[in-house]
Amino acid sequence: MSRFRVTGKGRVDHHAPVRFTFDGKSFFGLRGDTLASALLANGVHLVGRSFKYHRPRGIVTAGSEEPNALVGTSRGRGRFEPNTRATLQELRSGLVAESQNRLPSLKFDVGAINDALSPLFSAGFYYKTFMWPKGFWDKVYEPVIRAAAGLGRAPETTDPDRYASRHAHTDVLVIGAGPAGIAAALAAAKAGAKVVLAEETAEIGGALLSDPEVVIDGAKAWNWIAARAADLAESGVRVMTRTTAIGYYHQNMIGLAERLTDHLDSVPENAPRERLWRIRARHVVLAQGAIEKPLVFHGNDRPGVMLAGAAQTYLHRFGVRVGDSAAVVTSHDSAWHAAFDLQDAGTGIAVIVDTRTDVREDLVAEAERRGIRLRLGHTATGTDGRLRVSALRINPLRDGSVGNGTKVFCDCVLMCGGWTPSLHLFSHTKGTLKWDAENTAFLPDRKSEAVEIAGAGRGLWGYGAALDDGAKAGALAAEALGLSAAAPTHDVRQDRPGTGTAHEELPTDHDRGHTRAFVDFQNDVTAKDIRLAVREGMRSIEHVKRYTTTGMATDQGKLSNINGLLIASNALGKEPPKVGLTTFRPPYTPTTFGTFAGYHRGAHFEVTRKTPIDSWAAENGAVWEPVGQWRRARYFPQGSEDMDDAVARECRAVREGVGLFDASTLGKIEVTGPDAAEFMNRMYTNPWTKLAPGKLRYGVLLGEDGFIRDDGVIGRISDHRFHVTTTTGGAARVLNMMEDYLQTEWPDLDVWLTSTTEQWAVAALNGPKARTVLDGLVEGLDISNEAFPMMSVADCTVAGIPARLFRLSFTGELGYEINVPARHGRALWEALMEAGKAHGITPYGTETMHVLRAEKGFIIVGQDTDGTVTPDDAGLDWAIGKAKPDFVGKRSLARPDLVAQGRRQLVGLLTQDGKVRLDEGAQIVDDPNQPTPMKMIGHVTSSYHSATLGRSIAMAVIENGRARMGETVHVPTGKGVEAAVIASAVFYDPEGGRAKL
Amino acid sequence: MTRFSALSLVRNALSGNRDWDQQWPDAQPKTEYDVIIVGAGGHGLGAAYYLAKEHGITNVAVIEKGWLGGGNTGRNTTIIRSNYLYDESARLYDHALDLWEGLSQELNYNVMFSQRGVLMLAHNVHDVQSFQRHVYANRLNGVDNQWLTPRQAKEFCPILNISPDARYPVMGAALQKRAGTARHDAVAWGYARAAAARGVDIIQNCPVTAIRRGANGAVEGVETARGFIRAKKVAVSAAGHTSVIMETAGVRLPLESYPLQALVSEPVKPCMPCVVMSNAVHAYMSQSDKGELVIGSGTDQYTSYSQRGGLPLIEHTLAAICEIFPTVTRMRMLRKWGGIVDVTPDRSAILGKTPVPGLYVNCGWGTGGFKATPGAGHVLAWTVAKDEPHPINAPFTLERFTTGRLIDEAAAAAVAH
Ligand SMILES: Cc1cc2nc3c(=O)[nH]c(=O)nc-3n(C[C@H](O)[C@H](O)[C@H](O)COP(=O)(O)OP(=O)(O)OC[C@H]3O[C@@H](n4cnc5c(N)ncnc54)[C@H](O)[C@@H]3O)c2cc1C
Repeated sequence: MSRFRVTGKGRVDHHAPVRFTFDGKSFFGLRGDTLASALLANGVHLVGRSFKYHRPRGIVTAGSEEPNALVGTSRGRGRFEPNTRATLQELRSGLVAESQNRLPSLKFDVGAINDALSPLFSAGFYYKTFMWPKGFWDKVYEPVIRAAAGLGRAPETTDPDRYASRHAHTDVLVIGAGPAGIAAALAAAKAGAKVVLAEETAEIGGALLSDPEVVIDGAKAWNWIAARAADLAESGVRVMTRTTAIGYYHQNMIGLAERLTDHLDSVPENAPRERLWRIRARHVVLAQGAIEKPLVFHGNDRPGVMLAGAAQTYLHRFGVRVGDSAAVVTSHDSAWHAAFDLQDAGTGIAVIVDTRTDVREDLVAEAERRGIRLRLGHTATGTDGRLRVSALRINPLRDGSVGNGTKVFCDCVLMCGGWTPSLHLFSHTKGTLKWDAENTAFLPDRKSEAVEIAGAGRGLWGYGAALDDGAKAGALAAEALGLSAAAPTHDVRQDRPGTGTAHEELPTDHDRGHTRAFVDFQNDVTAKDIRLAVREGMRSIEHVKRYTTTGMATDQGKLSNINGLLIASNALGKEPPKVGLTTFRPPYTPTTFGTFAGYHRGAHFEVTRKTPIDSWAAENGAVWEPVGQWRRARYFPQGSEDMDDAVARECRAVREGVGLFDASTLGKIEVTGPDAAEFMNRMYTNPWTKLAPGKLRYGVLLGEDGFIRDDGVIGRISDHRFHVTTTTGGAARVLNMMEDYLQTEWPDLDVWLTSTTEQWAVAALNGPKARTVLDGLVEGLDISNEAFPMMSVADCTVAGIPARLFRLSFTGELGYEINVPARHGRALWEALMEAGKAHGITPYGTETMHVLRAEKGFIIVGQDTDGTVTPDDAGLDWAIGKAKPDFVGKRSLARPDLVAQGRRQLVGLLTQDGKVRLDEGAQIVDDPNQPTPMKMIGHVTSSYHSATLGRSIAMAVIENGRARMGETVHVPTGKGVEAAVIASAVFYDPEGGRAKL
Repeated sequence: MTRFSALSLVRNALSGNRDWDQQWPDAQPKTEYDVIIVGAGGHGLGAAYYLAKEHGITNVAVIEKGWLGGGNTGRNTTIIRSNYLYDESARLYDHALDLWEGLSQELNYNVMFSQRGVLMLAHNVHDVQSFQRHVYANRLNGVDNQWLTPRQAKEFCPILNISPDARYPVMGAALQKRAGTARHDAVAWGYARAAAARGVDIIQNCPVTAIRRGANGAVEGVETARGFIRAKKVAVSAAGHTSVIMETAGVRLPLESYPLQALVSEPVKPCMPCVVMSNAVHAYMSQSDKGELVIGSGTDQYTSYSQRGGLPLIEHTLAAICEIFPTVTRMRMLRKWGGIVDVTPDRSAILGKTPVPGLYVNCGWGTGGFKATPGAGHVLAWTVAKDEPHPINAPFTLERFTTGRLIDEAAAAAVAH
């Protein structure tokens, strides 16, 4: 056992050694350690290198605010991660950790040359140089800078772990399970509220875990915690440990990240690694405590220099002494207690330096009793040592001047510059803060959510104060919910209340232009960097932050913000609140991407919508095409067919025999109610009043701007009922648009809208033999051409299944769309395939559908139109109900530019060489020989090989296209120029007789 | 003003960095200026700089309600590209790109313009058609943009997932090699410093509360928190808050303001050499020089002036990022934030004169105006100086919403940024 481990102390299991490696070297820690405490127990302080200067760095804190002790950790393939906080990572058996940002090794890092050159690398230096020669920045300088920057290395393999997420509701959510949080949770729960208590670390107790001698209501701290844990369980409080509240959102919605497996020796099968919680609480209590501030002095970043409170935590919670000989530098009472506790555990206290002259008498007396050398009214001005601190330089302060320095030898320095209330989550709510000059801290002021702040989080110091305040906050939260609550008070002995003063950079006898007094350890920002920023005209704290990068490291300024602010306000000669505090941004602690992605990975990233006929298509070799969230069969290759072969065969089948197409993805909206026809009149361009029940009409929907948004065939089922179809991708948009108008513009209309997209399965039967196939299956309807002509709709049964039968054609052939309840979709499909067998029925996919409709010149909204196309541009002027008083987009259609000459109009385009198929998206010019930039007159919107016509066909929008029939235009392809002739977009059966057979 | 150079760095290093000048002085408002620019974002500061430099108009104030560069200029994900579809946009953004290429030298401030290439992924047939259309149009407009197969895309960005089994497989990508990123703060600071050096006053912490018009209807000046300041020409360049200010002059703007969120990861060593955007899944990513992965998403669904975005959007964005780059799930989000973006019906900017004599407007850049900063500043300065639009911004009028002569980049491709 290492001499730094104190037997009998800590909440670790002294009989359970746990092996781990750090930079390839094997070590033992104990069950209950964090990686940081285990390293310290082995005498290891040096754990990393800083960002810019590559200075050797040690562990500074014992919590999630740690700026230095960031390591890479791994546990087998795919489970490497950079920048893990050693102070938060619980030790597990076989943990593999590596230091970061050093080359070749932690002890010898060539990057440290930056440190020697540090005067050159002052704040913002990179804005001032690397500009010459022009063009060198991203080719030469930037790659070098990028390679030097960054902390750990990025993972390189796919993560095998799973992540989960969950929603929850609660009456009261208490964040932070220190004394204030525990008291709050209990007070609220005892009043009858449903309570969740969230704690970032592995167990509840907070600061009390580091102060075991405190006696609360007669019980020693740890016994009190154990008893309260039982109380919490009994009162039904849900205690969530290893759970960090990361963000506070509108209306008391809190995001929390729960870590489930990183502390376990082996990864359990099928257990998620982390879980994102979204908890909506009626009331929130923030009891996050306070974070200790470092002191800012030359050399305060040397390994071995750490926060006094951290040393106390390592001692009491983990049974680890952080060194043999400690020098204590403080401006706050709390560090004195740490010194006494460490001395009791066998660490020599070389000196207690307090910047104050006036320190509480009992503390001074106790230190004298213990024989500790005291230096009141002193400052720290430097440290010695390379990879570990070996001495602290201290100087007396006399009437504002700094006397001569003396060295005190030590192997660790414990510093304390006071405490900062942890108000990050409160800031997320945009609650305001007020400056408390006496405590040199920001405290919560105006609240914007139903929230209480308790304990050290609002500047109260000492366990008694925190406990009583917590209880009060819990009771207030319960009372806000209408419960009657009591706030018990607590009798606390051995309490350790304290006060202190705050400093900017400590007074020094060095030239302050040359001191290296660190404010932001990780980002290597010194006090003089901040002063430089101010000198250069950065006056807002946001400018100072961005210019120096202080507070932008992975601890998010938890240690540095207030020190940085004090230094900046001093340099500006302004009060701190006038300089302002930078905004805290979520998450409170960095959180894995996986936690946010949750279940939405791989196939579950977004739902894949499948039609009822999808399984049949899958069994029959469909090649898929993603369309929005749907997957659709694009074509059904046979044998060695490629897409062109398969599509040609499928097209021929439809033109000559019969084909079957799954149209189930079409959006479907049922519009019902006494005012349904009026509503349709106002939404769509077409007139609907006179459309008789049992009839279909092609409808066009515009945006307010007069441009085509959607289209589809719409059936009037009865006077008060329309069956609207939309494009596959447009379904949700159209429904939203309809609802928007109905609810905000025309609330007087008596209409209901229901999405029926997924209620119907739709099989489209097309081809000259369509009726022959269908005839034998239909009951209750005469489907002869006379009785059921083109553009009819009727209810009937098909293959014994209740159906809504449409007669329409998107292919130009005789066609039917058979709608049946979704659950019968596959049965219908199979019945049709069976009935069509004798006629060579051929299933076809979206690609074939596209070719067939292009041969007929039917547009696809979103492909042949792009949101800048009017009905007239698309040749759909006929679909406008000119006599109607109004419809969405009507007014815009009269705007000057929409009726101007030279608009791009939809036309057909035939390449001179019929074998050439133009690219969709290719641009069209009149003169291919003009210089760049060329005058473009349009572009190709659709382009296919037509097996029916034995050549390529294309649709295009071209300026004045309809007036230019027969003219030749040019399409530069990048490899050459193709000449093409403008033609009608209806390439096949222009009379339209085939659909009316 | 000290010239910034390696030499000045060395000289100052030796003297404890004590002799650096203020980059811009903290100006107190005068009673009158020739031109007032409202909003010290990159666009407003850029316009002030070009007014002084190219038009000799130096009696200029840029008035900012907070700290300069603190609006969207300091909140964006810094993607710069010019491969827009329509001629009007291509010309404007390419003009900006030309200026970007010399900006560090022009301003004597390293804005870290890094032409590492922007890759835009196509995930379905519609994307392919649309991006091809861009590639073709760009080529004929002289704007670089090329089409890559999935394999070529992966060569360009090795951490890309091009598995055909992905939920939204990569079917190809458009690559603009001249495109890239820059350091946003440096752009604001560089323009501020260079403008101040030419005599422009930059007045911070001074909200403009109204625009005052005279009896003849023309602009007389602006009301501010520090009193009335006279000027015959006022240009408003206040991004998400432009419509509020213009309303005080009686000019209604077709703008909607939405929160747009972005986030960064903890820094890591270089793993991402370029910018990747995916519109179908609404996410994009690059890596900063510091090593942070910089990630952006689509706008929140609802209009708002609150700079707190919601959590669901971040969940979706990171899920999308983990799909496109499956090795990043164990990386951690360090911080996220939001900005308020001003969106026009056709997703193109409004930059030009207004019906009010002496009043000019530059807004509507929405989710993608950082890339335009030098170009927009440059033509805005021209417009103000000559009281007529530069040919490049002539199409970006306010009237187009009445005439219907839209420049509908969103409709064309639903492409952001
Ligand atoms: C999260 C996010 C990501 C983005 N990503 C990109 C990207 O990758 N690429 C890209 O090209 N663009 C991007 N953008 C858009 C881009 O940031 C903006 O379009 C651009 O920065 C706008 O610059 P600006 O100078 O017009 O506005 P801003 O920088 O917002 O400046 C306007 C200024 O006006 C000030 N102001 C407002 N009201 C008043 C008043 N009453 N009086 C005085 N001053 C006032 C504001 O404080 C502000 O400083 C993104 C935006 C956001 C929010």
